Amino acid sequence: MSDEAAALYRDLCTILERYAPAGVELTPTTELSGDLNIDSVTAMDMIMEIEDKFGIDIPMNLVSDLRNLQDLVDVVKQQIEGR
Amino acid sequence: MDLFDKYALVAGRHGKLLQAGADPFAVRLDDLSSATEARVNGRETILLGTNNYLGLTFDPACLAAAEAAIRDYGTGTTGSRIANGTYGLHRELEAEIARFLGRRSAMIFPTGYQANLGMLAGLAGPRDVILLDADSHSSIYDGCRLSGATLIRFRHNDPEDLDRRLGRLQDQGECKLIVVEGIYSMLGDRAPLVEFAEVKRRHGAYLLVDEAHSLGVLGASGRGAAEEQGIEADVDCVVGTFSKSLGAVGGFGASDHPKFDTLRFCSRPYMFTASSSPSSVASVLAAFGQIRRRPELRQRIWDNAQALYDGLSAAGFEICAKVSPIIAVRLPDERSAVLAWNRLLAHGVYVNLALPPGTPNGMCLLRCSVSAAHTPSQIEEVCRRFEMVAAELAGAPTGAVSRAARG
Repeated sequence: MSDEAAALYRDLCTILERYAPAGVELTPTTELSGDLNIDSVTAMDMIMEIEDKFGIDIPMNLVSDLRNLQDLVDVVKQQIEGR
Repeated sequence: MDLFDKYALVAGRHGKLLQAGADPFAVRLDDLSSATEARVNGRETILLGTNNYLGLTFDPACLAAAEAAIRDYGTGTTGSRIANGTYGLHRELEAEIARFLGRRSAMIFPTGYQANLGMLAGLAGPRDVILLDADSHSSIYDGCRLSGATLIRFRHNDPEDLDRRLGRLQDQGECKLIVVEGIYSMLGDRAPLVEFAEVKRRHGAYLLVDEAHSLGVLGASGRGAAEEQGIEADVDCVVGTFSKSLGAVGGFGASDHPKFDTLRFCSRPYMFTASSSPSSVASVLAAFGQIRRRPELRQRIWDNAQALYDGLSAAGFEICAKVSPIIAVRLPDERSAVLAWNRLLAHGVYVNLALPPGTPNGMCLLRCSVSAAHTPSQIEEVCRRFEMVAAELAGAPTGAVSRAARG
């Protein structure tokens, strides 16, 4: 993982930790709905926080395809690069 | 694996609600004696959560129009608008809506939900971008999804956030459509339409305003939030419903766009559903007449809203927005909200119980909506019963719920 990718991963973990139930360890395979038990509305609020942090827009159309933390990292990276 | 396994979590939550008392999703109304009173779950109850803003569901002129339409046109049209379901009445109502709003054209839908589905899926396509307020109604979210457009949410009532996003998206999509509501259904707060219109103009976007909760309620003529804020010329499309201030069922879209009527053969939710029943269309036509002839209804609803707001504030309840016909009382948590809702029902007051994820920011609400048909004594009585519930909550053994009525 490049320094840039590692930094992005860390930043996302910092945001997700606030939404994760106590005791759930975040890894790239952590399931957003299954492991974090995030409902659809909370997920949208979390996405908005990520958008603000990185100055990007993540279309809702992409959010429904996100299964785990790695998917989220990939989408954020893709949106940052396309900026 | 069972088809219904995916609902296990939500079904479990529903089961917990039932343990606390009545089922908020299965309240039964019988013997409606007026726009504001019914027997609910077998008890005489004041209705304070029906969105019946002008109280026209029992208006004699609306009743007479509906009765006459049933006699003259039958109980249903048995067809879609593009086949045998367009009667003269449907055309008449569309002309009346266009006249009332000062728009070139209007089209009607069988429900308000379908109006948003039909308008959004008709207006936007896969190459367009829709920017929608984060607190939009589910019908807006569903219509946006059906359109296939790229969907971007902006922060609720935040024109600066919308502006930033439009700036970032300037090279994307063929057309940009901004979607907001006049009054938001959960908290009763209003959109800052002047600021949104300014952002819309700067970025060359289209603006759609859903006036579901503001039609007949806001504006000197009752045309809604855009009239009240003086920006109707900036609104490209208006959506509205018949199931609130107009006291029936159905919805509409209206616009000045010269090609608007193209949607009649391009919008699938308009084309492939049976048209509104004649009685509903006729009562809505009569209801528009009442809005025109009786401006005092609007005065009465605002007087009632102010009285309820003052009464509940004095009783120590936290209200989420400024005075509006929707008065959302915030409770500290789900448990106290469910308990308070059940106690109110037991005392003969029906309000809406609104819980996350159906509410913004995880709030637990007793959502009240006032009507022009409420009498001052009904409002006083409702406030008295809220106070009784506050006292009961304060004395509840858990202690946690006492914060519900903190003054």
